[in-house]
This record gives sequence, C-alpha cells and structure tokens, in this order.
Amino acid sequence: MSSTLESPSLTEAPAGAGAGRETRSLAVALAGNPNAGKTSIFNSLTGLRQKVANYPGVTVERKEGLWTLAPDLPPAHLIDLPGLYSLDAASLDEQIARDVLTGRIEGTPAPDVIVAVVDATNLERNLYLVTQLLEMGRPVVIALSMIDLAERAKLEIDPAKLGESLGVKVVPVTAKQRRGLDELARAVLDAVGAEAPVAKWRLSTGAENEVRRLYAVGAASREEALRDLYSDELPADAERREAVEGARERLSRSNPQWWQEPLTARYRWIEQVTEGSVRGAQTTRPSTTERIDRLVTHRFFGPLLLLLVMAVVFQAIFSWATLPMDLIDRGFGALGELTRARMPAGLLTDLLVDGVIAGVGGVLVFLPQILLLFFFIALLEDSGYMSRAAFLMDRLMRGVGLHGKAFMPLLSSFACAIPGIMATRTIENPKDRLATILIAPFMSCSARLPVYTLMIAAFFTDKKLFGFISVGVLLILSMYLLGICVAIIVAWILKHTILKSPPPPLVLELPPYRVPHFLNVAQTMRTRSWLFVKRAGTVILTISILLWALMTFPRSAEKPVPDAQEGGAVQAMRETGVEAKGEPAPGTTVQTAAGAGAESEQLRQSYAGRLGHVIEPLIAPLGFDWKMGIGLIASFAARETIVSTLSIVYNVGKDSEADSPSLIEAVRNAKRPDGSPAWTPLVAVSMMVFFVLACQCMSTVAVVRRETNSWRWPLFMVAYMLVLAYAASFVTYQGGRLLGLG
Amino acid sequence: MSFAYAIPDQRNELLERVESFAPATVSLDRLRAGTPARVLAVKGEGAIARRLMEMGVVPGAPVRVIKVAPLGDPLEVRVRNYHLALRRSEAQTISVVMSDK
Repeated sequence: MSSTLESPSLTEAPAGAGAGRETRSLAVALAGNPNAGKTSIFNSLTGLRQKVANYPGVTVERKEGLWTLAPDLPPAHLIDLPGLYSLDAASLDEQIARDVLTGRIEGTPAPDVIVAVVDATNLERNLYLVTQLLEMGRPVVIALSMIDLAERAKLEIDPAKLGESLGVKVVPVTAKQRRGLDELARAVLDAVGAEAPVAKWRLSTGAENEVRRLYAVGAASREEALRDLYSDELPADAERREAVEGARERLSRSNPQWWQEPLTARYRWIEQVTEGSVRGAQTTRPSTTERIDRLVTHRFFGPLLLLLVMAVVFQAIFSWATLPMDLIDRGFGALGELTRARMPAGLLTDLLVDGVIAGVGGVLVFLPQILLLFFFIALLEDSGYMSRAAFLMDRLMRGVGLHGKAFMPLLSSFACAIPGIMATRTIENPKDRLATILIAPFMSCSARLPVYTLMIAAFFTDKKLFGFISVGVLLILSMYLLGICVAIIVAWILKHTILKSPPPPLVLELPPYRVPHFLNVAQTMRTRSWLFVKRAGTVILTISILLWALMTFPRSAEKPVPDAQEGGAVQAMRETGVEAKGEPAPGTTVQTAAGAGAESEQLRQSYAGRLGHVIEPLIAPLGFDWKMGIGLIASFAARETIVSTLSIVYNVGKDSEADSPSLIEAVRNAKRPDGSPAWTPLVAVSMMVFFVLACQCMSTVAVVRRETNSWRWPLFMVAYMLVLAYAASFVTYQGGRLLGLG
Repeated sequence: MSFAYAIPDQRNELLERVESFAPATVSLDRLRAGTPARVLAVKGEGAIARRLMEMGVVPGAPVRVIKVAPLGDPLEVRVRNYHLALRRSEAQTISVVMSDK
C-alpha cells in the first residue's frame, strides 16, 4: 500500500519509506459495537499501560493506552472509544466518539488511523458502524474479532474478499490467544497517511440528485451533503440551509419516510458485501446460549435465578467485605495510635491523626466493597447476564419511569450507595442515570445499621408484637421499606418534573453468553477503584479535616473571645453546661475512659458543639436535643459517626460500639434540662426515620459530584433529602405525640 | 466495483398498499413466538425508530420473536442473526410479513 503523506502533520516522514519511520507517536482510535470484543483487544494491545479519565466536562469515560506498533517506533496512543452502534450523535457517547474522530476534543489529537472492531459472528449489524466510520475521512483498518466462534459455528469469512468489497484491510484477531495482533499493527502502520476510503453505498436516484445539488450549493463533500440532508442539525449558512430545507421538502413529498433511506441503503450495501465474502451457517448463535437462556429468562426460574444472583452479590458486599474493611479500619486505627505515641502531643498530631489519617482511612475503607461490587459487575457484564437482568426487570422499573438497567445499581446501594452510584454508568440516557443516582441513597446502606442497632438495643430489645414478632426486626424492616417507597415516589416525581423525558426506550442487545476474560475483569476493578480513590478521596479527605477542625476549635483550654456576636452563644453554652452538670450521673458504667470527660468537654466547647445549640430550636420539633444535634452534625460526614459522637457527648469514651452496654445505658439515662428522659422510643424511631432519608454521607456527595461533574446535583440531593428527612421525622414525632406515644 | 442500488421513490406507498391486502402482515408485537417473518416497514418517527433501524431493523431484514419476558414485556426478538430486547410499544411500530419457511 503506498502512502500519499498528504496530511500536513506527517510531512516530516521521508517519502516512500512508508509512514513506519514516523518519529512522532501516532494516534489510533479503537471503535466498535458494544459486545464486539473491543475491550479484550484494547487490553491485549496495551496491557497495563492504560489511563482512564473523563472527557473534559462530561462523564463519558476516556480510556487511553500505549500500543507498541513496532519495536523501533514510539508507542502509539490508542484511544478506546465508548461502545457504539452508530455515529449519529443520538447519545452523549456517540457525540463524543464523533468529536474524537474529527479531532474536535481538546487534548485528544485526531486519530491517524481508525481501527474498527467487527464481531465476525454478527457481521451485518457490526458493519453498519463501519459504513459510518468509512466516511470520517481517515484511514480505516478492520479488526475482525470472535473469528474462533465464527469458525466453530461453521461460518466462513474471507477476510481478503471482505476487505476488497469494503475498500479497507481486514485483519482477523483473537485477543485471548493474541492471534493477529502483529498483523493488526502492521496494517495500521501501512494505513498511516493512506487515502481515506470511499463509501460505496448509494441512495435512490431522486435522493442522489438532491445530494448532488447540495454539493453544488456549498457542501464540502458528498459526506457533508449527506449529513446536511439527513442529520437533525441544519447548516449555519443561510443559503445552504435553504437548499437543505427545499431538498427535504421535495423528498418528503414523494416519500414520507424519506429520512429512512440512508439507513436502508447502508444495510443493502452491507448485504451485498457479505454476500460475496461470507459462506456457511446462517445461525451463528451458540446452542449453549439458547440453552442457558431457556433457564435464565424463563417465566418462573428466570426471576428466581436473578434473586439468587442478587443475594450472592448482596451477601458479598454486605458481609464478605467486612473482614478486609475491619482490617483497614484497624490498620488505620493502629497507625493513628502509633503516630500519636511517636509524636509530641499537640494540635499538629491531632490534625494528623484525627484529620488526615482518619480521613484517608475513611476513603480506603470503602475499597473492599467497591472492588467486590465491580468484580461482580464486570463478571455479569462480560458474561452477558447483565442485559438479561435488565430484560427481566424492565417492566417493573419502567413503572417508576426508570430503565431496566437501573435495577442493579439500586440493589447494590443497599450495601453502599457509592459503588451503586458508580455502577449507574451503564445507563446511557443522562436523565435516567441522574434520576437513578438521586434516589440511590434512599436504599438503606450498611452504614445505617449501627444507628438502627443502637436505637433498637436501647429501646426495643425483647419487645414482642403478639408475643412472637420482634419489634426490633419489624422496625428495621420498616426502615428498609420506607427507603424503597420514598425512592419510588421521588423517582416518579423527578421523572415527571425536572428530569422529564420520554420513558427510556429499551433497544437492548442480548449478546451470546461468553466466559468472562480474567484480564478484563481485573482491569475494570483496577480502574474503577483508582477513579474512586483519586477523585472522591480528595473531597472526603477535605471534609474530614474540616469536621475535625469543627470539633476541635476553639480549644477548651483557651477562653473563647467573647465578642458581641459570640457572647450570647457562649453564655448560652455555659448555662447548658451547668445544666448538664446538674444531670444525675448517667448510669453506673459511665466514665470508663480516663479522658472521656475532657473529650466531652472539648466537644461541647467546639464549633460543632455550639452548632448543636444553634440548631436545637430547629430539631426540637423532631424530638432531638442539642446533644443529638452534635451527633447529627458529625453524622453528615458518615452516618455511623453518630455512634462515636454520642459516646463522646455522653462521656463514655469515643471508641464505643453501637451495642456497647455503657453507651446503651447512657442513652437510656440521658435527661433533658427539665429532668425528663431525652430519649424515648418515639425519639428513637424519629431518629431512625431521619437516618433513612437524610443524605448523611460525604463520600456519596463526593461520588455524585464526580459522576455528574458539577456541584449542582450533589447539593440538590443533600438539600431535598434533608427536607424530606426533616418532614418525615416531624410527622413521626408530632404524629406519635398526638397519638399519645411520646 | 459499484454497488449502485436504487430504491423506488414510491416504496412506502407500495408497502402500505401491500400491507392492507396481505393477510400475513402484522405488527411485530402480534407475531407469534417462533414464526419467521421479514420487516416490511418501520412506521415510527424520531430517535427510537432511527435506533431500531441502526440496529438492523430495516425493510427486508429477517425477524422472529423468540420469547416474552416474565412480566409480559419486553420481547426478545431475533434480527439479522442476533438477539434484541424491545418493548411492545416499540414492536408495535414495526410491521412484518410472515415468511413462507
């Protein structure tokens, strides 16, 4: 193949030597349908030399890797485009892909060559995207994947003939066995600087005439004239726009479905291409897939199996992850102790231990859950089961206005909303995805359990309904149901107001089952967890340090400067401090830790303690006093922190567990200034309801910020969930009192 | 090599006439599972119709309903040798003619 070297960026290459002597590193784009084996090829070509980020300003994932085309050349930048069925820019993915291919994205050079991955067992539909790639004005090389499966299905494809008909080189590739990778590299090097292919499909005479007319009016090429005529956007130039409108008018007069013509014509051409180069079996779908599907999408066993799969995933994130999570937690605890022991006591040490080390630990503690969830998601996705789950659940999810694919992320959110929200990336429509993200935190996650445990242990142990139903179990169950019901209502409201969009269409491929590729699964886990640590981690660390400062300053040793504004608050606090001292000593087991009293005093004096007082009038209608207020403020970092904060407030030492007897005693015995108990069963229920509905988790906020690329949505989420939580707690407490339960 | 292909401009009008006469013509959602058929026309407009056609559901393409999801919707459809899940509302916009085989 001769290289014409017309492209200005390539002029340095010595003519005739082929573009192989390039010194500049090349840019290659990898495009293909979802499930075409693109990820396997990308991983085989680049190995571990990959980078995952987002395209600027959007949440579409940008995957790039280094590909050694030849030993004496700098490695090429291989850009893995999102999986696509078409380039018509209907979805964000398609728009981004088109922009990458035309070099319109900042920091991403236009590709020198496009490698199109084509699934040999599903040629016709895969070639549709190719007909569009051929029109991008760049050299194209086809990597024919799944060739082993095609052979097994007795499908004979002649790559040379196929390539000749398409006008590009076709290289059969089997990524797992690394077959054809060298040939692919050579074909890409040969294609650099070669003339772009010409699309050979034609429209009806009437439409072709219109295209020619538009070309005459000012479209730069046949491709541009076609785009003007058939895409949704009209050209900016007035004369051209008028010509396009006239052409559409004439075409629609003879054929109301005139816009379908290029789609049909492309497929007609594909049929002619494959007719000449493909022989043999008409059915390439493996019989195993048919057999598996007989069970997996069975009327009765299908949903049952889905339940089972979900139970395993749930069990894994919920309980298998606890061991490594405890280890991380304890590891960071030990590191904090060590630091405290080695460093002189003081503010810097406190900042390091309670702010930085605790913050980093707070980020890393989620890693086991994220790794496990993405292990399962990659497994389910790669094997082909995920689309079956969407197929089974679509009818139910549609009732709420959500996509079948929202099911899996929502379910994982019962373990933890963070991996759940990260898993919403499989939902293409941004509005449906956002609606799913915004309701995910309503699923009762594992961090709420310590709160439920404490409340039930303090007020509902041994209580039975009708003598045999445990009230505690019933309460926890109601909390889960409350979250689900509110999520359904909110989803419905969101989808009918600010996220109004037509019900998401379901045009979902059900690919043949395949054994998941270990490398792909490992890569997914690696890149996802790294994304979380890098981006969410910084936010979590910042907030963690901020909260530490709120609970540390002003120091109880220093006298707060009583300026005009603060004076009142300080005075109020002093008074309550006196009142607090007037409380009868809460229980006999209190005052275990020597420093507990000092810690408690410090917290009361801090900004967080003052804030507790400031918000007391606000939370009083919910049944909460200012001490619970401090707990609530701290719990906005992470829900479970309320347990340790309450322990400090009630002087039982901050390392108490939710089921520690001293903390339970302290909660039961806590008194209000008037001597009545601070906590009643009704207050406990009100607190639980608040925790079901409020978004008290800075990690969730950080992840939503990352996934939506703006502060608008996470702030909206925190705000509306807070309003809901307040309202629900208010109704619970006041309603309960009206019923005489208080 | 040239693949010039001409589609008669009156194609759709013809199709509609065929549809009204041929008793073997139904919309895809009413096709019995397992019955082989061919796409006659995609009648919808907008993004969904376009996506269906991009996925290979164009006039002439072989289709067959494989099964219905447990809750009665969506449908599993086989088109151009691969399987696709579609809702009934989408399948309604696709008219098909049953094949002889």
